[in-house]
Amino acid sequence: MDFLSPDTWAGALAAKAARPEAVPVMGGTDVMVELNLGRRRPHALLDLTRVPELARWGAEDGYTRVGAGVSYTRLVERVGSRAPALAAAARSVASPQIRNRGSVGGNLGGASPAGDCHPPLLAAGALVELASAAGVRRVPASEFYLGPGRTVRREDELVAAVLVPEPRGPQVFAKVGPRNAMVIAVVSFALALDVAARRAGTGIGSAGPTPLRARAAEEFLAREFDWAGGADPSPEAARRFGDLVAGAARPIDDVRGSAAYRRHALAVLARRAWARCAAEVRGGGV
Amino acid sequence: MHADITLTVDGRRHQLRVDTRTTLLDALREDLGVTAPKKGCDHGQCGSCTVLLNGRRVVTCLVLAVAGDGAEVVTAAGLAEGGDLHPMQEAFMDHDAFQCGYCTPGQICSAVGMLDEAAAGWPSAATPPRASAEGAVAELDDTEIRERMSGNLCRCGAYAGIVSAIGDAARRTHAAAASGIPRPAREGGRR
Repeated sequence: MDFLSPDTWAGALAAKAARPEAVPVMGGTDVMVELNLGRRRPHALLDLTRVPELARWGAEDGYTRVGAGVSYTRLVERVGSRAPALAAAARSVASPQIRNRGSVGGNLGGASPAGDCHPPLLAAGALVELASAAGVRRVPASEFYLGPGRTVRREDELVAAVLVPEPRGPQVFAKVGPRNAMVIAVVSFALALDVAARRAGTGIGSAGPTPLRARAAEEFLAREFDWAGGADPSPEAARRFGDLVAGAARPIDDVRGSAAYRRHALAVLARRAWARCAAEVRGGGV
Repeated sequence: MHADITLTVDGRRHQLRVDTRTTLLDALREDLGVTAPKKGCDHGQCGSCTVLLNGRRVVTCLVLAVAGDGAEVVTAAGLAEGGDLHPMQEAFMDHDAFQCGYCTPGQICSAVGMLDEAAAGWPSAATPPRASAEGAVAELDDTEIRERMSGNLCRCGAYAGIVSAIGDAARRTHAAAASGIPRPAREGGRR
């Protein structure tokens, strides 16, 4: 197995152009599992841990740009308040040891429908920055995922960064699993509100072939939410919202849970997310 | 394909040639004979192969040895200074924080890394949102310790001892830091 270890971003893009089949690896917390268990035998790995550009983050035109190699730990510590739902997801990923190595870029590269970062990126309206030796493009998260492990990223491209809009209201993330740590989500859900524009964004994880948005639920919440006062929703409105979120999911039965359970749990998470956002609006924390 | 790499392990510098597919865990155990990190699951679930890699706790089964070229590794065996055990090791003995001992080197490395993270103000999933937003240093109660140690499994179920040992070591370290003593003195005798 060839091991390519460029130490600049330009070098990494040149390496990917020359060897498009090379599997990019950052912290290794996904790729190494597949290697160790013999599920994958790549001819070449493209190690990105020595590329300094990938570990950077900063403000950019109303967004926070987070380099694809920023570890979950660092994301929580440094970027947390600028991307609350993403930070909440980041601090629920796997275990502390994994969070010291794993990164959003790896989550996007792997594109598991159960990846924890996807629902917050969808809900917040984030952009994924893809780069190749030929150029850079930014794709809305809602157009990034194509299927389990499949995205619009071309073979010669690398995930460079995510751009998360500045928060304009409460954001929450929740997931269901047998315990806090080392869980592949049974389902996950993120909700991000834009109080000034009176808009809502949603993201559903682990309940379809790709992470999904619940657009009908977003429109319903935007109409029904008490934007001025943050009053709790009526039981009917909360139930309807939960049903719309559950209805947007396309879950299957698998070892982690049944489709019926996933729909049920999503509806519960969605109702709680509304209540938590409402409480935050009431508390004036926006 | 093979690669020549340099690793500093527990203060000793090694040059070695590894197959590029070799994990850091296998390089430590099989090539260098450093057996403190244990192979439990080999896919990041159990934490028994935890070491401090450039000062941060990681599971070595998910790090390629070649990606660790130039790195500094501290295993549980390298925490002791001279003849004195590390305070975390003392605390594990004082609190009977193990039974078979297989997970213990990983638990101890993880606990040492965890106290550093907590001292740096890193929040955990158990830290109240407001406290973590303010960057307040978390008080390490049992809930915090359990959450922050959730990457290390103990099949013997010695968790009660592990949690109390880490709490004790945290208090000793904190007290030593407050009084300016670099390494906390040993409390009580060993059983």
